[in-house]
Amino acid sequence: MLLNVETVSKTYPGGRPVLDRVSLRLEHGETVALTGESGSGKSTLLNLVGALDQFDSGEITVAGTALSGLDERGRAALRRGSLAVVFQQFNLIPSLSVEQNLAFHARLSGQSDAAWLSHLTDRLGLSALLARFPEQLSGGQQQRVAIGRALAVRPALLLADEPTGNLDEVASAAVLDLMLGLVAETGCGLLLVTHSDAIAARLDRRAHLSGGQLA
Amino acid sequence: MRRAAIACLWSHWARHPLQLLTLLAGLALATGLWSAVQAINAEARSSYAEASAQLGTGQFDELRAASGPIPLARYVALRRAGWQLAAVLEGRMPLPGGSVEVMGVDLLAYPALPAVEETSDINGITPADALLAPGLLIARPETARRLRAQVGLPPVTRSQNLPAGVVLTDIGTAEILLNRSAEVSRLLILPDQPAGLAPLADLAPDLMVVPAEGRSELARLTDSFHLNLTAFGLLSFTVGLFIVHGMVGLSFEQRRGMIRTLRALGLPLRDLTWLMLGELLLFALIGGTVGLALGYVVAAALLPDVAATLRGLYGAPVDGDLALQPSWVALGLMMAVAGVFAASAQALWRLSRVPILQVQGQYAWSAQGMPVLAQAGIGALMIGAGFLALAVFDGLVAGFVMLGGLLMGAALLLPPLLTLALRIGSGFSRGPLGAWVWADMRAQLPGLSLALMALLLALAANIGVGTMVSSFRLTFTGWLDQRLASELYVTARDDAQGTEIARWLHSRADAVLPIRSTEVQISDQTVFLYGIVDHPTYRDNWPLIAATPQVWDMVAEGRGALINEQMARRMDLWPGDTVTLLPGWSLPVVGVYSDYGNPTGQAMTALPALLQRVPDLPNTRFGIRVDPAEAGDLRSELADTFALPPQALVPQAAIKASSLAIFEKTFVVTGALNVLTLGVAGFAILTSLLTLWAHRLPQLAPVWALGVRRDTLARLEVLRSVALAVMTAILALPLGLVLAWALLAIINVEAFGWRLPMHLFPLQWLILLLLAVVTAGLAALLPARRMHHLPPSDLLQVFANAR
Repeated sequence: MLLNVETVSKTYPGGRPVLDRVSLRLEHGETVALTGESGSGKSTLLNLVGALDQFDSGEITVAGTALSGLDERGRAALRRGSLAVVFQQFNLIPSLSVEQNLAFHARLSGQSDAAWLSHLTDRLGLSALLARFPEQLSGGQQQRVAIGRALAVRPALLLADEPTGNLDEVASAAVLDLMLGLVAETGCGLLLVTHSDAIAARLDRRAHLSGGQLA
Repeated sequence: MRRAAIACLWSHWARHPLQLLTLLAGLALATGLWSAVQAINAEARSSYAEASAQLGTGQFDELRAASGPIPLARYVALRRAGWQLAAVLEGRMPLPGGSVEVMGVDLLAYPALPAVEETSDINGITPADALLAPGLLIARPETARRLRAQVGLPPVTRSQNLPAGVVLTDIGTAEILLNRSAEVSRLLILPDQPAGLAPLADLAPDLMVVPAEGRSELARLTDSFHLNLTAFGLLSFTVGLFIVHGMVGLSFEQRRGMIRTLRALGLPLRDLTWLMLGELLLFALIGGTVGLALGYVVAAALLPDVAATLRGLYGAPVDGDLALQPSWVALGLMMAVAGVFAASAQALWRLSRVPILQVQGQYAWSAQGMPVLAQAGIGALMIGAGFLALAVFDGLVAGFVMLGGLLMGAALLLPPLLTLALRIGSGFSRGPLGAWVWADMRAQLPGLSLALMALLLALAANIGVGTMVSSFRLTFTGWLDQRLASELYVTARDDAQGTEIARWLHSRADAVLPIRSTEVQISDQTVFLYGIVDHPTYRDNWPLIAATPQVWDMVAEGRGALINEQMARRMDLWPGDTVTLLPGWSLPVVGVYSDYGNPTGQAMTALPALLQRVPDLPNTRFGIRVDPAEAGDLRSELADTFALPPQALVPQAAIKASSLAIFEKTFVVTGALNVLTLGVAGFAILTSLLTLWAHRLPQLAPVWALGVRRDTLARLEVLRSVALAVMTAILALPLGLVLAWALLAIINVEAFGWRLPMHLFPLQWLILLLLAVVTAGLAALLPARRMHHLPPSDLLQVFANAR
């Protein structure tokens, strides 16, 4: 099993529980859409799975590694290796060129593979944009760079937080096509947060969060 | 992993080279001004130590007489008793371009002679060269050049192993040059003494043994001067650090997104923190090294004037050449590193606490600053703590603690006060554009406040120091007129000629005022004791700052003494107290007079009374009162009749000019530091405006879109900067005046021993205000020009990005 979320709860200081004993499983190569209304805890769950935040109770296991036993360094190592995240805001590094951004995560994790990177660049249609900087790209182009950066490390699990939320319909469809194609090509698992039923329908399975619990 | 992260962090600077240059320039300026001052101080102190070592005066115990010179017979008697002593006769010899210190020694016994010989022109100085007429003078090359230009002096030999401005010669030759016979100034006690000698206390009970380690008169006298310089250096360093703080804060803020992404991609926080610390260390070393080079250039430019001041004011043997000293380099780099980390501490602390998922805000870094009220409270507390330190502790350090608290507290109070002023100002705004300008100024204040604080400090320092120097100049000029009342000053070759000149002048001058003095020790300090005759020149002109009734009658009758302000403050002696001038001779203090520019204590009483106790006072110097119109002719006649060299006849105007020249040189270095500090503050404003430029567009674009032209916006940019600078300058005025008061009433009293009245110079303030306006206007010009020429597409991009 690639991902096992076991009765995980999370409460932010001074607030009501955002996640209440949530459990979720995801197999290798499986794609799962995480849906729910605003404030239902989708992004929180994604951040917990991505080792970006810490849960109060329960356990999350990613590629055989239990997150509760990891310290800051361990969580960082997991984010460098087995996990990759695509954010709604793209989160590219503004001072690096497209080419440098694409290679950056792989260089950080020490897994640079020039051939794979070149292949990704071609597949994402970024070959002509390599010398540009993020501010010189459209939203769709920026998100394609973010996807390329994430997949450059060949992660076991790709997490995506509304990756097309900032894009128009055409760009959104194109980006999703590319992402799903590449996920299938790498064989990694995908946990994707979305509001869109149409997008959710294109994934293997849907998990719906409501009131901090999986329906 | 680290290489990728380093490349990523560096990419920010590669994309923002101006920001990097600004950071390095701020650091270089801060380190440069600080290390310039340190280089000057280190060079001067090393000169003192070198002089002491070269002359052999710092290593041996000495014998001194409380009443001044030691009779030669006493020296001979001690030698005959078996004591191994080296006699030293010292005094100043006037030369064109400034006097030199003549040091006559018993060359056969003088311990430092071998070292002097090592670097001299001739290979070994034989006793015959030096002891037989006409004798031999030994001096450093530059002093030797001046001596050789004089007619009638003995041959001159050069030696590098002597301090600047010192002439070493045999004691017999020194007697002739200084016109002092049968006496020595002090006796060095040589280390190897025969056994079984009678104790000095029995043989010479009237002589004091002064241990080698206890003599630091020069260091004590000049310490205050060096502390003054250090304080100015520190002020410049602080102003420079404002730039560094602003730049580091901005670079951290601009990289918040990058930092968040780096962490999300798996770079541990600890690694990131270490990398950023390494980055800061690298900048500190680069900026510090450039700063050291800059400091060296500034110090080399200023040192000749400082050396002239130290020589003129304190007789300190400092030459004007700068040597590169490892300790100076190390200290400069340490200050740069410490300064960078101090300026970055807040940013690093924030970095360590920024949650990985925190959403960045455009102005998060400024918005997260201290709340305005808390900042005002801390500012007020710092000012209060400074004054409390002054009330509780004494001395120069307490004075500087007070100034530090006052300046830093005022800097912290500036943003709250400007916020208040802008709030009040916005109430007077007319029309929507006016309302927007006021609101926009308030919005920009957090980003500009550091630069404005730097401007406030620089302006206040300029007002404070300018007021002090101008007050000093005004007082000093008036004081010179009082003190130098005689039209002509004459120095005879010897006592016999002195008596002859006095007799000759009797029928040709309105009055002849003998200037006769001896060196005495009072409370372990050297004091020059003068005997004066009763004359209206003193009664009408002498600058008394405190006196008892009938002061001049008391002095004339030898029933009271006048002392200078320095001596009064150091020994806490005031009218009504009693001072022991010589063993067994005490007189009431009847008056205190100002004596600017003189570091040593001075006392005056009636000449007949002094002659009774010290009958062999030299009688070679006189002040001559004569109709000013006749002074020139009288000078020529005196020169012809007595074959006096030009330097022996000095008109009043020449002494005034040379005194004023010394005065001006004293403040050259502080003036230069002042101007440089203001320049650094101007640079801080420029860099703040340039780096805030990226944040300006989202605020200007909507106003432009609503129909305000780009040239209008550009003009408003300049106006905004100038308005904030003017407000800062207005607030700097009271701060500068308090600073001036502190310098005049506290620092000067502690540093130099005199207190000066404070005068106000509104024209100077106006010039400074204009300078602030020009500085801020120039700093705003570049961003305004950018605004003026900004393509509409760039402004539209703001709206595209906002979608």
